[in-house]
Amino acid sequence: MMGNVTLLDFLSSGTPVEGHRPFPRFRLDIRAWRALVGQLSASDWTVMALWGEAEEIHVALCDDDTGDIAVASHPCPERWFVSLGRARPGAIRLERAVFDLWGLAPMGLEDRRPWLDHGRWPSRRPLSPQPQPPADAPYVYDFLTAEGEGLHQIPVGPVHAGVIEPGHFRFHCQGEAVVRLEQRLGYLHKGITGLLAGKTAEQAARIAGRVSGDATVAYATAFSRAVEAATGCEIPPRAHWLRALMAEMERIANHVFDIGAVCNDAAFAIMLSHMGVLREKMVRANDALFGHRLLMDRVVPGGVSRDLADEGAEALKYLLHGFSKDFERAFKIYDNTPSLSDRTQGTGIAQSSLVHRYGAGGFVGRASGRGHDARRAPGYAPYDMLDLTIPVYSEGDVNARLMVRFDEVRESLGLITQILADMPPGAYQVPLPQVAGEGMAVSESFRGEVLAWVRMAEDGEVMAGHLHDPSWFQWPLLEAAIEGNIVADFPLCNKSFNCSYTGVDL
Amino acid sequence: MTAILGQIAQIFLVVALAPLITGWVRLVKSRLNGRIGASPFQPYRDFYRLLQKEAVVAHSASWVFRAAPYVTFAAVWLAACIIPTFTTNMVLAPAADLIALVALLGVARFWTALAGMDVGTSFGGLGASREMMIASLAEPAMLMVSFSLSLITGTTSPAQIIAFVLGGGVGIEVSLGLALAALIMVAIAENGRIPIDNPATHLELTMVHEAMVLEYSGRHLALMEGAGMVRLTLFMALISGIFAPWGMAQPGAGALGVALGLGAFLAKCFILATALGFFETVIAKMRVFRYADFLGGALLLGLLATIFIYVSEAV
Repeated sequence: MMGNVTLLDFLSSGTPVEGHRPFPRFRLDIRAWRALVGQLSASDWTVMALWGEAEEIHVALCDDDTGDIAVASHPCPERWFVSLGRARPGAIRLERAVFDLWGLAPMGLEDRRPWLDHGRWPSRRPLSPQPQPPADAPYVYDFLTAEGEGLHQIPVGPVHAGVIEPGHFRFHCQGEAVVRLEQRLGYLHKGITGLLAGKTAEQAARIAGRVSGDATVAYATAFSRAVEAATGCEIPPRAHWLRALMAEMERIANHVFDIGAVCNDAAFAIMLSHMGVLREKMVRANDALFGHRLLMDRVVPGGVSRDLADEGAEALKYLLHGFSKDFERAFKIYDNTPSLSDRTQGTGIAQSSLVHRYGAGGFVGRASGRGHDARRAPGYAPYDMLDLTIPVYSEGDVNARLMVRFDEVRESLGLITQILADMPPGAYQVPLPQVAGEGMAVSESFRGEVLAWVRMAEDGEVMAGHLHDPSWFQWPLLEAAIEGNIVADFPLCNKSFNCSYTGVDL
Repeated sequence: MTAILGQIAQIFLVVALAPLITGWVRLVKSRLNGRIGASPFQPYRDFYRLLQKEAVVAHSASWVFRAAPYVTFAAVWLAACIIPTFTTNMVLAPAADLIALVALLGVARFWTALAGMDVGTSFGGLGASREMMIASLAEPAMLMVSFSLSLITGTTSPAQIIAFVLGGGVGIEVSLGLALAALIMVAIAENGRIPIDNPATHLELTMVHEAMVLEYSGRHLALMEGAGMVRLTLFMALISGIFAPWGMAQPGAGALGVALGLGAFLAKCFILATALGFFETVIAKMRVFRYADFLGGALLLGLLATIFIYVSEAV
């Protein structure tokens, strides 16, 4: 079955699983799974996420032509499955993580080095039915090599001089030019997947909101929507609008700070000062309106935990006016500083073909011509009622990633104005029914789309859950983008990607 | 006798003043960035703190690593002693000229780079290689500036150049303007300021000077940082002394003249430091491979300055 077959047609050869909402889930036997792996090389379906369970492997796929999303599951009682890595390189790290966590072995995957497990966990394969005793000593990690005259290695991290998350970067350089960069992450393991099981939906949403603290609204929204889909809970319209309001405020706060931080890495500190002030205004508004600077635990399954008062809406409108003016003034500084443009233009180009192959979203994708946005496809309330333009650039360099952020801040400011004008009145939270079921949802964080999958038990407890960070598909692109650049430009590239270290380390 | 006193005062003045100038640059930058900023006297407190601390030395470090801070600081200090700041009447002034100044700064840089490589960390080596790249471009430019100045004034001794300029021996000349521009560019590179290097960065991979001294602590670090601050003062004295020597005390000046010279020097330093802080705020750091363009420009300006002298003489 090669050629133009749609995702749903293809997966219908498997057994549909009842009670998976809103996207269908199909169970594939070994033959169908192998066929899927083969079909992936012919079709341009995007792998959205890949995760395991005790004896099953799941992959969420999106057919970009039809917009359909579906989950393919493959029971693997013998604890192995055929790897998708060859057809979809973005899946390689996911499969390595699946092996570390669940002990399901990806067959045919060449890179079998452990990914999240550094040999320091209290048990190996902690989520498999029989966890194994801990490793005797931390693993020695075999970095990929680069050989030739004058090549040398530069190890950086996991502890850095700045206040950033821990991650190890191994450079192979020839003088100043980077020949190869390899990342090693996994210093932030929290055992999230294990923690979710057995929690109530509210408790689990709190955990989900802490996978990556800077995107807590997006994570809580994705998780809550998944829970609501699983239990068939209809939340009041106002709750959707409030979630969108918070999500846009979160997006603005993160984007402006990213812009400042990238410029600061080019020793242009004044942008960081301007953007730091703007971010602070936004997080203070968060605090004043919703009672938390980063909006943690404001989005809960069943709605939101705080309503927006009318005075708050007025105050926010007033704030936005000044915010927009200050933001445009800062943009002029960025735009009128040739020494800064010289650093950002042409630096760290992420190839459009790679971006599509990995299915990278967010500003990384949009700067390289992949204009995918979960708010549009698959889309969710209330964005279907809002006017939203997705900025797309084709250059793929640091400058393009910054320009996407500038444009998105403007879009978000426009969205907030629309939300404040059109938000329906009414209730903002409903109790969650206690129904068994499975649900999956995506939401657009400032980095890209966050995917949440959950299986609820009849007593309202979470049986299993999975959270997928957009950075999974962005980190490998950073390795590719830095190649051929100079070492001194790495901080600039890295900051312009601003991938989450914690989000990919459940 | 006054020459000896002048020299002794000079020796201590450069060291005493250097942290204040650096502190002032930092304060100016903080204010321009909308921050309150630390007091300009903060570097003195930092020195006090560093001197109290234990100096941790890597196991792999050799005697070079231990000796480098002392050699570096001594070389820079010595260089600063021969540049007139508030008086040209100094005992050691005839002992060394601009060429010797370049050599002394070269010694300091050589030892710092050696120390950076000595511990064997990749950052030290990276910093040392970048520093040497900058040096190979900055030193010829600096020499070119020296040549054009000595052609105009007939001497390479800074004190005599200043005396010549003060004596009205030179009017407004194109060559002087070109030499000034070249000298400022060299000064930016030598002192590791933006756009060549960022003295405030925490990014290991972009550092130049900071990368070489990354392994230092305690009194060693204090000396290394002190050397950098004295170097900044030295270049400010050089630029202000040669191109704006007004107010500097001449041999035979009384107490009032010396006081005036001191005041004028302080004022010039703070004007230059403020200008530096302002400049560093409005410009981003350049790419490593652009150093060659920047310093090549400085070399070209120095060369042009020299050529202009010959051309104007010939016409």
